[in-house]
Amino acid sequence: MIKIENLHKKFGKNQVLSKLDLSIENGGIFAILGPNGSGKTTLIKAMLGMVLPDKGSIAVMGLPIKNKWKYRQEIEYLPQIANFPGNLKVKELIRMIKDLRQRPSEEQKLIALFGLEPFLDKKLANLSGGTKQKVNLVLTLMFDCPLIILDEPTNGLDPASVIQLKKLIQQEKVKGKTILITSHIMQFVEEVADEIVYLLEGNIYFKGSLEALKTKTQQHNFEHAIAAIATHNTNA
Amino acid sequence: MPLRPLQPTIPMLKILKYSFYDLIRSRWSYVYFLFYLLLGFVLLFLNNDLSKAVITLMNVIIVLVPLIGTIFGVMYFYNSKEFTELLLAQPLKRSSIFLGQYFGVAGSLTLSLVLGLGIPFVLYGLFRSEAIWDFSLLLVTGAFLTLIFTALAFNIALANENKIKGFGYAVLLWLFLAVVYDGLFLMSLIMFEEYPLDSFSLVATMFNPIDLSRTLILLKLDISALLGYTGAVFKQFFGTSRGFVISLLMLVLWTAIPIWRLSYLAKRKDF
Repeated sequence: MIKIENLHKKFGKNQVLSKLDLSIENGGIFAILGPNGSGKTTLIKAMLGMVLPDKGSIAVMGLPIKNKWKYRQEIEYLPQIANFPGNLKVKELIRMIKDLRQRPSEEQKLIALFGLEPFLDKKLANLSGGTKQKVNLVLTLMFDCPLIILDEPTNGLDPASVIQLKKLIQQEKVKGKTILITSHIMQFVEEVADEIVYLLEGNIYFKGSLEALKTKTQQHNFEHAIAAIATHNTNA
Repeated sequence: MPLRPLQPTIPMLKILKYSFYDLIRSRWSYVYFLFYLLLGFVLLFLNNDLSKAVITLMNVIIVLVPLIGTIFGVMYFYNSKEFTELLLAQPLKRSSIFLGQYFGVAGSLTLSLVLGLGIPFVLYGLFRSEAIWDFSLLLVTGAFLTLIFTALAFNIALANENKIKGFGYAVLLWLFLAVVYDGLFLMSLIMFEEYPLDSFSLVATMFNPIDLSRTLILLKLDISALLGYTGAVFKQFFGTSRGFVISLLMLVLWTAIPIWRLSYLAKRKDF
């Protein structure tokens, strides 16, 4: 699904990604983890073509993405900070994204699922953070694309919505989709992820199943295993 | 870098539409529109002379339109950062996104100008007057200045991540082209008065879209007393109609180059 080779990215003097190789197979849920500033968002944005690599290549669905944009037809992306043009109403924003993507969508189902009906006629500037995130999720998940990228999807969501979100993610997985997720909530990751990609200092430190990670770090608990990578590394 | 023609695409028109709607709903567009409406009515009904009103308007437009274009352009760009990021993740070409937003801003500003001034002039009886061509030229020049300065503002905003810096540079640019440039120009004319300065002043005018617009309008109005040194040189060099065409062409270039650079910068930026 995604193949990244020798990816380098520098912001000013800050080398965010260096010599990163990663290949994501078709189907399944991949959690991209790592401490703050390890380059998770940069990596995702590079896959989306929002950040332009200094060096290296990225291929999505077998085709290099450099200077391309049509491949984003196949990607649904949930940005980390849900801030939208405040002058627009929720309804209008949904209509606009549908108009821009020109694909069949099933927003009604998601609107009902997250209980957004009362907010459809409200302006985005007047919504709470959690409601904005729900709108964000509707915008992302209403299309039917083989690749889904979620940057901190649980941000600001209440527990009931998190449960709905988990169900949704599982449903998409069953359809054979590839789903990339970043999150700092380890419990959430443990419940949904099939595979862990751990980023450290701009490189892939670990890639494998949750079990393999526990074995590698000699921990029984997933949260501790993740923490062990960080401490182990700072001690080294 | 290959210089490709800027092909308008359907997604670009969609972005344009949404930016435009977003803007014409904002309070500032109305303030800008009402300002011109008021200015038009006051000038016409106090002056009672269409051609005089056109000259006064020219002086206002030539300074104010660039200022508003610059400030609106920079403000819109920074304020719509999230919207832009949302669009960047969609299957859209970068140039469609930024050109769409740019034409949305420039278009809504131009609309405020044209409607704001047009309504009082039409009510006053523009269509029965000979000043209609002078007035139309004024609006065309105003539209050009809006396009030029909004494009320059977008260029500045794209190149500066820091809002305050971007805003500062944009205002400085306006100040330089609207005020400082003329001062420097005048000073150099005085300092080098022994030398032939015809070509120098021609070139100096070409390099400032505000001076260029002024010369263009004054050439059309054919008021020698107001033409000043540069205008006189223009007239002498090219004759009224050729000078007119050349300055119009220069305005087109002044518009096209920043727009082209804007899409060039957008393609190479990280978000």
